Amino acid sequence: MAALLRKRVFIIGLIGLAVLFPLIIQNEYFLHVLTLAFIWMIAVYGLNLLAGYTGYLSLAHAGFFAIGAYALGLLTVKAGMNYWIALVLACLITSGIGFLVGLVALRTREHFFAIYTLCVGYIIYLVIDKWDSLTGGVRGLIGIPAPANIGPVSFENPLSQYYFILAFLLLTILVMYRIVHSLTGRTFMAIRNSEELAQTLGISTMKNKLLVFVLSTFFAGLAGALYASFIRFIGPDIGYITIIFDLLTYLLVGGIGTLAGPVVGTFLVVWVSQSLQFLQDYRMLIFGPLLTLLIIFYPRGIVGAFYEWKMKRTGKKRRQARPDRRKPEPTYAATQTSSEKKVKEG
Amino acid sequence: MLIETRNLTKQFGGLVAVNDVDFTIEKGKINAIIGPNGAGKSTFFNLVSGTHAPSSGKVFYKGEDITRLPSNKIAKLGVARTFQTTHLFEQSTVLDNVIVGHRLRTSSHLFDAIFRTKTYKADEQQCREKAADVLEFVGLTHVMHQSAASITQEEKKRVAFALALATEPEVVFLDEPAAGINPDETEGLIDLINNMIKRGITVCLIEHKMQMIMKLADKIMVLNYGEKIAEGTAEEIMNNEAVIAAYLGGDASA
Repeated sequence: MAALLRKRVFIIGLIGLAVLFPLIIQNEYFLHVLTLAFIWMIAVYGLNLLAGYTGYLSLAHAGFFAIGAYALGLLTVKAGMNYWIALVLACLITSGIGFLVGLVALRTREHFFAIYTLCVGYIIYLVIDKWDSLTGGVRGLIGIPAPANIGPVSFENPLSQYYFILAFLLLTILVMYRIVHSLTGRTFMAIRNSEELAQTLGISTMKNKLLVFVLSTFFAGLAGALYASFIRFIGPDIGYITIIFDLLTYLLVGGIGTLAGPVVGTFLVVWVSQSLQFLQDYRMLIFGPLLTLLIIFYPRGIVGAFYEWKMKRTGKKRRQARPDRRKPEPTYAATQTSSEKKVKEG
Repeated sequence: MLIETRNLTKQFGGLVAVNDVDFTIEKGKINAIIGPNGAGKSTFFNLVSGTHAPSSGKVFYKGEDITRLPSNKIAKLGVARTFQTTHLFEQSTVLDNVIVGHRLRTSSHLFDAIFRTKTYKADEQQCREKAADVLEFVGLTHVMHQSAASITQEEKKRVAFALALATEPEVVFLDEPAAGINPDETEGLIDLINNMIKRGITVCLIEHKMQMIMKLADKIMVLNYGEKIAEGTAEEIMNNEAVIAAYLGGDASA
C-alpha cells in the first residue's frame, strides 16, 4: 500500500514537472525538442504494445507514422477539412491500412515478420516519395494548419502546442496502462510467451494479434498526425527506414515490454543526442557501442533492469523473513549465499 | 466415451507419425498412451487437441466431429492440455501467469478494458478467483505471489496443470507430466492426478515412467512406429507379447 502511494506521488510529481517545465525554463528551443520527444513517445508506445507485449517486432511503423502525417496533411491542405475531423480520420485511415497489412503480415513470425514489415515500411516510403500528384513527392507538403481553436483556446504558439501534445501523450499512457493491466493485455503477453500454449488455452491468436497490430498502427498514425500539425511541413523522409530505427532505439534503451520504457528511453536518447550535437554524425560512434552493451547486459532496457533489481531485492527480503518450511536445506544455502553477498556488498 | 478417434493418420512428408489409430478416451478414467521414443505419442496429442490437423481420419468429442477445429475452439469445448515444457513468463508472479488461463470463459473486450466497465471488473474478478482456486487445488497457494522464475521444476509442472485446469476442462491431456522430476515428487503428482479424477475431470496422459503408468492408468494404449499395437488394462499390457517385443526389441516368440 505504501509502495502504491509512493508510486502515485512519483507519477503525479512527474506530470507536474512536465506541466511546469515551460514555465520554469523559458527556452523555446528546449520546448520544441521536448514537444517533438512527446510525439515520438506516442509512436514508441504503439510499437511497444506490438513488439514489447505481443512479441512481434514490426519495422513498418515509420511507414504508418508517415501515413498518419500525410493523411492529416492531405485532408487539411488539399481537402480543406476541419482539423479535428482530419485528425480522427488520419488515425482511422492508418489503422485501416494497418488492418490490411496485418492480415498478411501476421501469418509470418519472428524474423520473417520483421523482414516482411521492413519491406512494407519501405514500400510505403516509396509510394509517398513517388506519388507526386498526391503527396508532392520529394518537395513534400507545406502549409499544414496548426490544431484548430477550441473556443477561445488557440494552438498557434509553441507553449499551447506543448500542452496540446502533452495531453495526448498522457492519454496514450493512460490507455496503454489500462490495456496492459487488463485481461486483454494478459492475452497479448500470453501470445508473446508461447503462441502454441495461448492457443490451447482457448485464445484466438490471430484475432488478438490483429487487434494489437491495428492498435499499434493507430498510435503510430496519431503520432504522425500530431507531428504534421506541429512541424507544419512534411516530406517523404519521415517514412524512411532511419525513423523506425530511431523509434526502436528509444524503445530498447528505455525497456521493451515495460510501461515506463518509451518515456524513459525517448527522453534519454533525445537528451543525450542533443548534448552530443557538436559531434554531428560521429555521435553514432558513441551510441552504437552503448546500445550494444545495453542489449547484452540489460535486454529489457533501463526500466527492465530496474524492475529486475527490485524483484531480486523483495525476493531476498521474503526469503529472509519467512524461511521455506518445505525444503529447509536449499533455503539455508540460499540465505547463506545472500548473506555472503551482503557481506561482499557491505 | 468422451473422445473417440477413427483411423487417425498423420504424415509428415514421407514419414507416417501416426498411422490409422482408433482409440477411445473413457469418461472419468485415467487413460494413458505409452510407447518408445518417436512412437507418435505427442503427435497423437497434437492431433486430438487441434494443434496439428490430421492427414486423414476423424476425431469426435462427445459425438461431435472436431477434426478440423482449431485448438482454441477445442479448448472452449472443454479439452485442455499441457506441454512437455511450459513457457511461463518468468518476470511476473505465478498467479499472474495463471489468470490468463480463464480468459476463454470471459467476454470483455478492449473497450471494456480501456473504460474499466462493470463487465470488465466482473471478468477480472472471476479470472483471479479461478486462478487462486486452481492454484490451491494443485497445492501452490504458498508460492502464488512469487515470481515464476523463483519456483522449482516440479512447481512449474504444477503451474502447467493449474493453467490447464483454469480453462475449466472436462478432459485434460498431460504430455509427460513426470519428466525431469524425482520419485518423491512423482508421488505427489500421482496424488494430484487422482484428485483431478475425483473432481470429475477425465485424464489422458503420455508417460515414460512405466511404474507410474501401471499404478495409475485405467486404460492403456501402446503405440509403436505410429501404430497401435495394444490396448487394455495395465495387466493386459504387461503380458502382451507385442508390447514386450517393442520395448525389449527382437522377436517375442523366440
